[in-house]
Amino acid sequence: MTDPLILIILVPFAATIVAPAVARRLGAHTGWVLALAPAIVFAYVSRLLPIEPGTAHTVAVPWVGSLGIEFAFLADGLSVTFLLLISGIGALVMIYASSYLGRDPRLGRFYVFLLAFMGAMLGLVLADNLITLFVFWELTSVCSYLLIGFDHEKAEARAAALKALLVTGLGGLLLLAGFLLMGIAGEQLGLSAIAAGKISGLAAVDLREHAYYHAIFILVLLGCITKSAQVPFHFWLPAAMAGPTPVSAYLHSATMVKAGIYLLARLSPHLGGTPEWGWTVGLIGLVTMLTGSLATLGQRDMKRVLAYSTLAVLGTLVMLLGVGTEMAVKTAVVYLVAHAMYKAALFMVAGNVDHETGTRELHRLGGLRKLMPWTALAGILAALSKAGAPPMFGFIGKEMLYTTKLTVENVGAWAVVASVVANVALVASALMVSVWPFLGKRGDTPKKPHEAPLAMVLGAVLLSLMGLGRGLMPQPFETNLGSAAASAILGRPVEMHLALWHGVDPTALAVLGLSLLTLTLGGGLYFLIRRRVAPVGPLLRRLFSVGPTQLYDLTLQGIYSGADRVTRFIQSGRLRFYVMVTMLVTVIVAGPPLVRAFMGGPAAANGGWRIHEIIVAALALTAALAATALRSRLATLALVGVVGTCMGLLFVFFSAPDLALTQVMIEVLSVVILVMVLHRLPLVIKRSGRLSRGRDAVVAAAVGITMTLFVLTVARVDRDPTVSDFYLEQSVPAAHGRNVVNVILVDFRAMDTLGEITVLGAAGLGVLALLRLRRKERS
Amino acid sequence: MLIFMAILIGVLYSTGVYLMLRRNVVKLIFGLFLLGHAANLLIFTVGGLVRARPPLAAVGADAPPPDVADPLPQALVLTAIVIGFALTSFFAVLAKRVFLATGTDDTDALKSTES
Repeated sequence: MTDPLILIILVPFAATIVAPAVARRLGAHTGWVLALAPAIVFAYVSRLLPIEPGTAHTVAVPWVGSLGIEFAFLADGLSVTFLLLISGIGALVMIYASSYLGRDPRLGRFYVFLLAFMGAMLGLVLADNLITLFVFWELTSVCSYLLIGFDHEKAEARAAALKALLVTGLGGLLLLAGFLLMGIAGEQLGLSAIAAGKISGLAAVDLREHAYYHAIFILVLLGCITKSAQVPFHFWLPAAMAGPTPVSAYLHSATMVKAGIYLLARLSPHLGGTPEWGWTVGLIGLVTMLTGSLATLGQRDMKRVLAYSTLAVLGTLVMLLGVGTEMAVKTAVVYLVAHAMYKAALFMVAGNVDHETGTRELHRLGGLRKLMPWTALAGILAALSKAGAPPMFGFIGKEMLYTTKLTVENVGAWAVVASVVANVALVASALMVSVWPFLGKRGDTPKKPHEAPLAMVLGAVLLSLMGLGRGLMPQPFETNLGSAAASAILGRPVEMHLALWHGVDPTALAVLGLSLLTLTLGGGLYFLIRRRVAPVGPLLRRLFSVGPTQLYDLTLQGIYSGADRVTRFIQSGRLRFYVMVTMLVTVIVAGPPLVRAFMGGPAAANGGWRIHEIIVAALALTAALAATALRSRLATLALVGVVGTCMGLLFVFFSAPDLALTQVMIEVLSVVILVMVLHRLPLVIKRSGRLSRGRDAVVAAAVGITMTLFVLTVARVDRDPTVSDFYLEQSVPAAHGRNVVNVILVDFRAMDTLGEITVLGAAGLGVLALLRLRRKERS
Repeated sequence: MLIFMAILIGVLYSTGVYLMLRRNVVKLIFGLFLLGHAANLLIFTVGGLVRARPPLAAVGADAPPPDVADPLPQALVLTAIVIGFALTSFFAVLAKRVFLATGTDDTDALKSTES
């Protein structure tokens, strides 16, 4: 438990405890203090560098031993890459958020959610056990729900939060099913329960050979693509922009949406490499990449432009993992890191623009360069990285992407074309969020803009400068982390070599040519959009306005109205309906087995009969039947009294004098009370028709027959006499009472009787209160 | 005798359920009453019918003679009779209050939680 790897997960959770108090004291400066939690994690994880490719550090703490579940954690190149992104960007977002939200009274709550999310995310990328991973996975979904819906007074935010939760939650359930199948398959392939539940344990077997492979693959894939917003589940991500901007920067670009990518990467050594994997994952990624990159051009809200371009990048990453070659995996690693940095920076920039000008609508923005110089610097640098312009880190990523496409044989020319199309669109959208608001003429903004405070500029500037720094000097990244991350995804040690300039060889030159072509075309496209030469925006908006969103809305509406109809049907509010359902269910469920049991077994000992017993039983039977037919209240009461008295007699015949005494006494009391009550109630009117009486009679008869069969069947069972014998033997010696029934009630089971007396007392008080109520009303 | 008792129990259940399915509050009370009788008799009967041998010990004896009736179901039924009485009388008074408050004794009309 003392292993620091586990402790770093606890750091953010521990910080949630103090967060509300800190937020109350410090207000807009809260972030500087709470950023310590991610900073500590970042500092610790940084000390683990450099990570040797192909190595992993594991820790396990027993949890549910009987089910083979451990709190098992694993730190290798892949998880450390994510840890650094989560904690590093986390620290900057923490600093940013309190300044962004300002004097919001709910600041403490916001930080609790944000820190809890961070802890969950750290746990997710460190988890070695599948169940541990799943728990953290779901926790991130829940935190995302709370953060998107932070402005819970807005219907739009609530709907967006629910959408995200339902989509990722559904995926989470499928993922759990996939994990369970993986565990079962692992055990069938000869692993121990503990090893089968561990990701690191799966290396010992080949799940691809197991009969469950396809089921596992599909379920896990669905979990990943819902989390990472791949087509056709992509629609929740743009909607999630309803959350506060720090949330969009942190959860919905840099970290949580990458959880699906992480899991695909993590499991690709165990599930990947088959044609099914390659084609399915690759195609889903390709379609998402194209959808996102084209849809981004139709947006004019800065955050939504960024949201759709995030989709495009997530699609690209998924596609690369689908391709799965060494080059593709290295590209994915570089692309992932580059994107996390520039996209978080761009979201913060968008947040600053929104915060200082009062709008995110591009039409109203322009020329902010002089008024917001630092924000503009960060925005333009980050956008250059996003556009893949040299010498940014994003440029290296894009070059590698093209190299992958050109060098992989089975991908073909279409993939190259698709990648170029997507990247041209991404260049244009990068210019949309940088050139449009910051250069050119001053726009007409609701607020007079000025530079955002230090806390809000810091993160964006740092992240965008890092994009530049890594581009100019990629060597520290590749030796410290990149190679190890790629090795973890591939499942074998590899070396990564990054450079801005690849020398003169045919492939490198072709790639460079494509890069320059992309930049030129992207620039041209931006010009067309800006000058409104082509109606690209409206056209694209219309194109992407239909799709799975409508299906989601229809499904949700269907569920609501369906539930409404079912509830109306089941909860009719009529007592007799409930009685009827209860009785029918009893008859249907208990009836057939009883009939079978009764027919099968021998008849129970009947014990002979005496004429007086038969007469009394027949009298009770007749009285009960007659009670159903009479309308006179008093006559019915008299008949019910007859039934009770007959029961008293039967108790006398069958050796139960105490019961007989009680029964007769109670019967008299009941009749007295009922007489008192009945004369205040109206005469009985016939309310049901012949048809409904007939129906009720059938149901009642069925219940009666079931109960008769029940008695006859149960009477055949030999009862265990232990308890009864104990009472009979001990009554005199232990309790000094000769009437065993009385001894049981007042001695052996005295506490039960006390409870009974309490009930009786409570009922008596209730009766009294109800009767006095009337007296008070009268007076 | 078991068969007669079983039939009696069945009839008591039937009549109880039939009365509970009526729309008059008064009949509902009677139905509840009969249903209580039915349940008590059921427990008593399946506990074994023994004639004229109550679970009593003679003066000076250490235990009741062998083959007496089982005291356990009797103790259970005794409790049930008393609780059943509490239930029916409370319900009867409550039904009266409902009628005085709402002006109807039709259970179908008592659907809404608002007055």
